[in-house]
Amino acid sequence: MEILTRVHAKNFVEWAKDKPEVIALSADLTSSTEIDLFRETYPKRFFSMGMAEQNMMGFAGGLAREDFVPHIHTFAVFIYRRAYDQICDSIAYPNLRVRFFGFLPGVTTPGGATHQAIEDLSVMRSLPNMTVIECGDATDVESVLDAIHNVDGPVYVRMLRGEIPRLFAKEEKMQINRARVLSQGDDVTLGIQHLHLTTLKPFNDHLVLESLAKAKRGIITMENHTVIGGVGTATAEMMAEHGIGKKLVKIGLQDTFIHGASKPYLMREYGLDAIALVEQVEKLIGAKLNISENDLAAVRLDAVHSEAKAEAL
Amino acid sequence: MTWQTETQRIAHNIRRRVLEHTIKSNGGYLSQACSSAETLAVLYTNVMKLNPSAAPMIPPPFSGVPSKINPRYTGAAYNGAHTPDADRFFLSAVHYALPLYSTLIETERMSPDGLAQFNQDGSTVEMIGAEHSPGLEVTGGSLGQTISQAGGIALARKLKNESGRAFVFMSDGEFQSGQTWEAIQALAFYKIDNVIIYVDVNGQQCDGKMTDVMNIEPLRARLESFGACVAQVDGHDLDALAASAVIAHNDQPLVVLAYTDPAKGMPILNSRKPKLHYVRFKDENEKKIFAEFLKNF
Repeated sequence: MEILTRVHAKNFVEWAKDKPEVIALSADLTSSTEIDLFRETYPKRFFSMGMAEQNMMGFAGGLAREDFVPHIHTFAVFIYRRAYDQICDSIAYPNLRVRFFGFLPGVTTPGGATHQAIEDLSVMRSLPNMTVIECGDATDVESVLDAIHNVDGPVYVRMLRGEIPRLFAKEEKMQINRARVLSQGDDVTLGIQHLHLTTLKPFNDHLVLESLAKAKRGIITMENHTVIGGVGTATAEMMAEHGIGKKLVKIGLQDTFIHGASKPYLMREYGLDAIALVEQVEKLIGAKLNISENDLAAVRLDAVHSEAKAEAL
Repeated sequence: MTWQTETQRIAHNIRRRVLEHTIKSNGGYLSQACSSAETLAVLYTNVMKLNPSAAPMIPPPFSGVPSKINPRYTGAAYNGAHTPDADRFFLSAVHYALPLYSTLIETERMSPDGLAQFNQDGSTVEMIGAEHSPGLEVTGGSLGQTISQAGGIALARKLKNESGRAFVFMSDGEFQSGQTWEAIQALAFYKIDNVIIYVDVNGQQCDGKMTDVMNIEPLRARLESFGACVAQVDGHDLDALAASAVIAHNDQPLVVLAYTDPAKGMPILNSRKPKLHYVRFKDENEKKIFAEFLKNF
């Protein structure tokens, strides 16, 4: 598995080269959100707004009304929690082309409850006019800017930084509202189809619907987010609306906050890791799969990369 | 006739129209008209460089909220076409919508008949104005948000080398809000000197006297320490209001603190102190007293 570093930092600079209307706004987390290279390359298109997110949202709205395309970068919690009222009135209501890049989703930071975005997708999905995207691999991060550029309205992107694995080939790009098949197959005990979803809103991809309809034993959603309002909820809504009466298991944070600790620890503690998935599959099919921790360790991603570590601030 | 005579007449008519509507609707933001009439009249007749209205004299009905299938519509065209040299107006304290609509009527940017739609279902002439309302350009009903939006527009216009300025009309209550100070800080930091803010310092807010609710004074010193250029004037003095707009303020946002009397021109409002934010008549008798007062206004 290929692991890449600072994917957004390089990609954003290259992508914005021929787009003078694209500007970056930062709230004192410039290198932490990988826009330091952008600042150095295009100093006149970079605006340091300080630790003042509410005002930053208003400025972004005003700039967007004058045909600039502000790309806001900070930790996700400081976007949707700190400045929700301003996002709502100054950006979402007028349906302005502002892009929010929210970093440190869920368990990816040891920064504690104040830094871990666990309900951002839920909050942003419920906001009218907002398009909601989550990046899951390096190809997503590389292609998200193009995917959302023509969206006429605000877009919230749940973003990754630092070392990111590549799950999809470089040319297998993210497209809005298009799931991609990560793996599928039939075994003696089990047939599976594993979909990679990046668009939380809109949520009406026919491929997802077909997969839900096809599933024999049940459906499992897995998200680095509370199970209220995220991909599990969106899937449940789709199933209910189409009369797909099957079992749905929502793996994710079970309506709980988390705290400051490493990613592997949090994933184990809150039931988001591979063995948690195995356990839920077993429950769903009512049979043991005989997969052990050791079996999983052999295919674990971070083992292939010596520098892999929990991300700090 | 001097400009002052004409502007004073407009200010008087703003008060009269708002009084009429308050009686007709048995309630309204009346004290705001009393405190702001001169400021609005001076801005529209003497200070701002606006193109003639490019909007219909009778406001069109509400065309629906903005979305991906319904393009944004704003009421900014009442303040004229957006040319690079034209100023822009931003009403931050949007409960002053009726005084603003009255100003548009008195300056012949809107028909008096347009006010028949005031606060009617399906109309843009809303009681608490939003971006689709005549004379408005952004949505600022959650107070403290307009200054940042106007700041973004002013910054964008600087980047585009446009000479037009952004005039923001604020209420003093908004200076209790953290966002206002974040915005002043950013305007000063980025030397956004094409923003000129007029503040109606009437000392009143929803709960009553501001000094009883949450003190903001000394406002001038606070603003200056945040990097703004500040003028402090009698908000009913036309010459002082007009002169403040041309104070040299290189590299700084300019804030004009217009200290006002929320019962100016309507001494009968004094009986309702300290609660002046929204006037709703206590009984028919009080309404009759105001109606009598209007006859001789």
